[in-house]
Amino acid sequence: MTGLDPLLAATVRTTTPLLLAALGELVTERAGVINIGLEGAIIGGAFAATVGATHFGIAGGYAGGLLAGAGVGALLALFVLFVRADQIITGTAITLLAFGTTGALYHAVYGAGGVALSIPTSAALRIPALAAIPVVGPALFDQPAATYLAYVLVGVLWWHFHRTHAGLDLRAVGESPRAARAAGVRVTRVRALAIVFGSMLGGLAGAVLVLAQAGTFAEGMSAGRGFIAIAIVALGRWNPLGVAVAAVVFGVATAMQYVVQALGWPIRYELVLMLPYVLTLLALVLSPRSAAPAMLARLDQ
Amino acid sequence: MRASPEVVLSGITKQFGAVTALAHVDLHLTRGRIHALLGENGAGKSTLMAVLFGLARPDEGSLRVDGTDRVFRSPRDAIAAGIGMVQQHFAHVAAFTVAENVALGGQGRYDPAAAAEQVRAAAATAGLALDAAARVGDLSIEAQQRVEIVRALARGARLLILDEPTAVLAPAEATALLAWLRRFADEGGTVALVTHKVREALEVADDITVLRAGRCVTSGPASTFTPATLTAAMFPEAAQLPDTRAPVAPTVRESRVVASVRGLSLRGPRGEPRISDATFTIEAGEIVGVAGVEGAGHAELLRALAGVQTPSAGTVELPHEVSFVPADRHRDALVLDFPLYENLALHHAGQRSGVVDWQDVRRRTREVLHAFDVRAGSERSRANTLSGGNQQRFILGRELELRPQLLVAENPTRGLDLRATHAIQSRLREAAASGAAVVLYSSDLDEVLALAGRILVVHRGVVREVPHDRDAVARAMVGDW
Amino acid sequence: MTERAAGRQRIGVVAEQLAMRPWAAAGLAVSGVLVLGAALVGLVYGGAAMHAFWAGSVGTWYALTSGTLVRAVPLILTGLGVAIAFRAGVFNIGAEGQLLAGAIAATYVGLRGAGALGAATLPLALLAGAAAGAAWAGVAALLRARFGILEVISTLMLNFVAADLVSYLVRGPLQEPLHIYPQSATLPSIARLPHFGPSTRLHWGLVLAVVLALIVWWVLVRTAAGFQLRVVGANPFAAAATGRISVTRVTTHAFLISGGLAGLAGAVEVTAVTYALYDNLSPGYGFTAIAVAILAGLHPLGVLCTGFLFAALETGATAMQRDAGVPAAWASAIEAALILAIIAGVALRTRASNLARGGSEE
Repeated sequence: MTGLDPLLAATVRTTTPLLLAALGELVTERAGVINIGLEGAIIGGAFAATVGATHFGIAGGYAGGLLAGAGVGALLALFVLFVRADQIITGTAITLLAFGTTGALYHAVYGAGGVALSIPTSAALRIPALAAIPVVGPALFDQPAATYLAYVLVGVLWWHFHRTHAGLDLRAVGESPRAARAAGVRVTRVRALAIVFGSMLGGLAGAVLVLAQAGTFAEGMSAGRGFIAIAIVALGRWNPLGVAVAAVVFGVATAMQYVVQALGWPIRYELVLMLPYVLTLLALVLSPRSAAPAMLARLDQ
Repeated sequence: MRASPEVVLSGITKQFGAVTALAHVDLHLTRGRIHALLGENGAGKSTLMAVLFGLARPDEGSLRVDGTDRVFRSPRDAIAAGIGMVQQHFAHVAAFTVAENVALGGQGRYDPAAAAEQVRAAAATAGLALDAAARVGDLSIEAQQRVEIVRALARGARLLILDEPTAVLAPAEATALLAWLRRFADEGGTVALVTHKVREALEVADDITVLRAGRCVTSGPASTFTPATLTAAMFPEAAQLPDTRAPVAPTVRESRVVASVRGLSLRGPRGEPRISDATFTIEAGEIVGVAGVEGAGHAELLRALAGVQTPSAGTVELPHEVSFVPADRHRDALVLDFPLYENLALHHAGQRSGVVDWQDVRRRTREVLHAFDVRAGSERSRANTLSGGNQQRFILGRELELRPQLLVAENPTRGLDLRATHAIQSRLREAAASGAAVVLYSSDLDEVLALAGRILVVHRGVVREVPHDRDAVARAMVGDW
Repeated sequence: MTERAAGRQRIGVVAEQLAMRPWAAAGLAVSGVLVLGAALVGLVYGGAAMHAFWAGSVGTWYALTSGTLVRAVPLILTGLGVAIAFRAGVFNIGAEGQLLAGAIAATYVGLRGAGALGAATLPLALLAGAAAGAAWAGVAALLRARFGILEVISTLMLNFVAADLVSYLVRGPLQEPLHIYPQSATLPSIARLPHFGPSTRLHWGLVLAVVLALIVWWVLVRTAAGFQLRVVGANPFAAAATGRISVTRVTTHAFLISGGLAGLAGAVEVTAVTYALYDNLSPGYGFTAIAVAILAGLHPLGVLCTGFLFAALETGATAMQRDAGVPAAWASAIEAALILAIIAGVALRTRASNLARGGSEE
């Protein structure tokens, strides 16, 4: 039993940023837009959180992450909705831009050596009653606040999609923007908000990586999580509960690298690192595309 | 029930770049009356209705609702003013249920049970039956249209705009819809009915306005018009163009079978059965017309005859040279960004290998442009610089260039103006007269009857030959063989 | 056709538009962004940085031939591959992983085969590299053809897998005999691609790249196969409607060729420049290749120019970092800004011409 605790706790820790980013991407894709710039939002959020935390503490760190995410989202929305540029090329360019800019700024501001910084980190918040649950209690309920936010978001999004008109309108925009427009829905506004919201959650995920996990910034530390989030949304069949389950699967895969090291299993570390990416491919093979919003990535209406 | 709005459109002008879609058009929609907007394809009817529904902003002109000047920035504003629209290409979400579609655009919290109840109530009031929990994409075309109407009514529409609503319906269904519109108007509602069918306008409308090339040609109570005066208003050149309404009498009559189909079964794009066990032959020199409502299976049948779709059962025997003119010319027949000569090469692109002699291709393209009277800059012009009529002339020229034994055409004159329509129809007759077999599908029953010597009707996957008679064909289309 | 094909059409149409209007848009955008970038750098970091950049990229003979031109070879080869894929409507952003796959294969053949193969070692190493790159792309091609999986995601995932595979190999099976450093043994001279002279790093890979660019251009423009590829990329529906073109077959072939070129780039890098396999072998060539291809308007001969341009940009940036302390990562930011400027330019021009022609037909 005690051997399981570190794995469970590690899983929840690694799942949190993945879940946050995936939930954000879920909203964006339900509006019919695929955000390849999400990876850029995460790395941008990570860097902004580093800067924010250095100067303004934890709150500043999280604020920085959200702002960076919003910035990336605004840029994507501008290009995709108003310039009518291709979503995927734009997203790729934005991610490249984010990597280049954060790498360059990191060197410029913190020095060329890449010294590990000490940033105030987000402490774990223990929820007394729930943390006492055997086996899963400590892992699930002795976590930083961001994790609890992720739990709550799953429920909030489900309620939003199925019990509010705003959610109905969002889903309609992703299925048939023509129909939504004819019904009086402000299609461009809905899409823009969905893109920015999704990117903000991506930025928050980046902040969590720095403030609640690594405690520092490293170039390229997002390590493809933005793209994994896209796969999680597909595997989770574009609904919040499915996405939560899928995120856990990937969280386990990502946590394996720490577990393997901690428990000294005789598997080559580099091969374990491949696990999340191979899993992504497997997940995409297994998810039926028919569950995707009909107008995903099309935007010709 | 709130009163229907009185709407007056004055001096509406709308330009799209260099094209003038509407020029100083007036339209007066009166409470309790059905107003038919007549005109041929491209006359501007849909554009005018788009302005009325807030889908387009006019460059000039005013819109007055109940005496107040209004500006509709989007359908939201039109809906708020009590206007609803049933578009030609339905604007519903196929994946949603009827209740969800009707609820679209509402505010605040969404309760599925309450929404279902709202649908039942609205449908009952209007006298239109609907299953609130059904997935709209699974419904018949006629039921989908009912959803569009109920959705407009649920939003409080008292003025209904319908854009070519009978184009997708079988004759019996069309009659039922027109009767419903009559009842709606009698109960105080207003109807704006866009159509190109003179007969239909005279049958049901109280007022008629005729548009031609973006201008209002004539307008007044329906009782002041006759079929002849309306047709003359819509097509003044009609008298000068050759009469293509007499069926072709082929000069080559060898009774030579060119294509044959035996026990043919075909599946649709999602694997669903579309055609089952069809057997017939096509002979040289004849024009065979195909008729059927949307979704009957004729699209798959035509593609099988064109050699583009493989049968799931049965056999198709085709001649060596088969040509195909698909309905969606922009998507299936042309690469819009490519120059015309590359579009010519498209026809045989899959059969060639090795080096391409582009000079020869360009020469052949010039010949086609000349022979088929295509207005284009040159063979190097991009396909998207041509008008629809010229694109279709080019496509037909390309398909006929190599003298196919069989030509399959799917709605070849849809969306074209009268002149282009006549040109295409003449070419089809010429092709048949010089020995080719032509299979023609058109959603315009009159066109099929005018051109074809034999008629095949497709209904729910069954293909049968039907006598060359309008009533017989119309009944067969809904299954009354 | 299904919605996944509709997605392909969208990408293909964008690719074709990029291909159709390269010079004016590209010229304007490039000049604009470069001038802006140069001005910013000069403002922030001063004249010394600008001088270091110039001297380090094209200002001296050595920098030009042993720096920029050497760096241009993998950029041109991968850029050609990306251009071919985009032209076919295949969004292959896995050139990085395909390049590494090629590097791995070439290293293996070069090290293990040297004894047995003799003079054939080098050509076989290059061929193995191309084959490995094609196979790596083939995984994504298969996933696309069989399961409709967006190649954006699958090729990206495979990039990460390839990088981790290299890490594993240079610490394990392929590690150098002393087992001290995470790198492979050095390639014997028989497996090395010759240089133009003893005092230069410039090698025959440049000739290979130029020749391949000419061949690709000729095939695309003059042959039926090239025409089919362009049609499939520009409008897969029309291609399918002819009843004779297999869209799946054409896109798969384009995908494989694209991967093969990237794999060849990796093989050339290993046999001509690094002589060994190690972590971070590629400083992001596969991603720069995207910018190279787009900026070239997907034109094979344009790739020769833009490949050179980006090589100069990155070589200069490296020199700037080394000599004046300016972070080289700015080069990536500028490249990304260039892509955004190009696609914005293309999209706006397309919108303008659509509006001028009168909107929709119906």
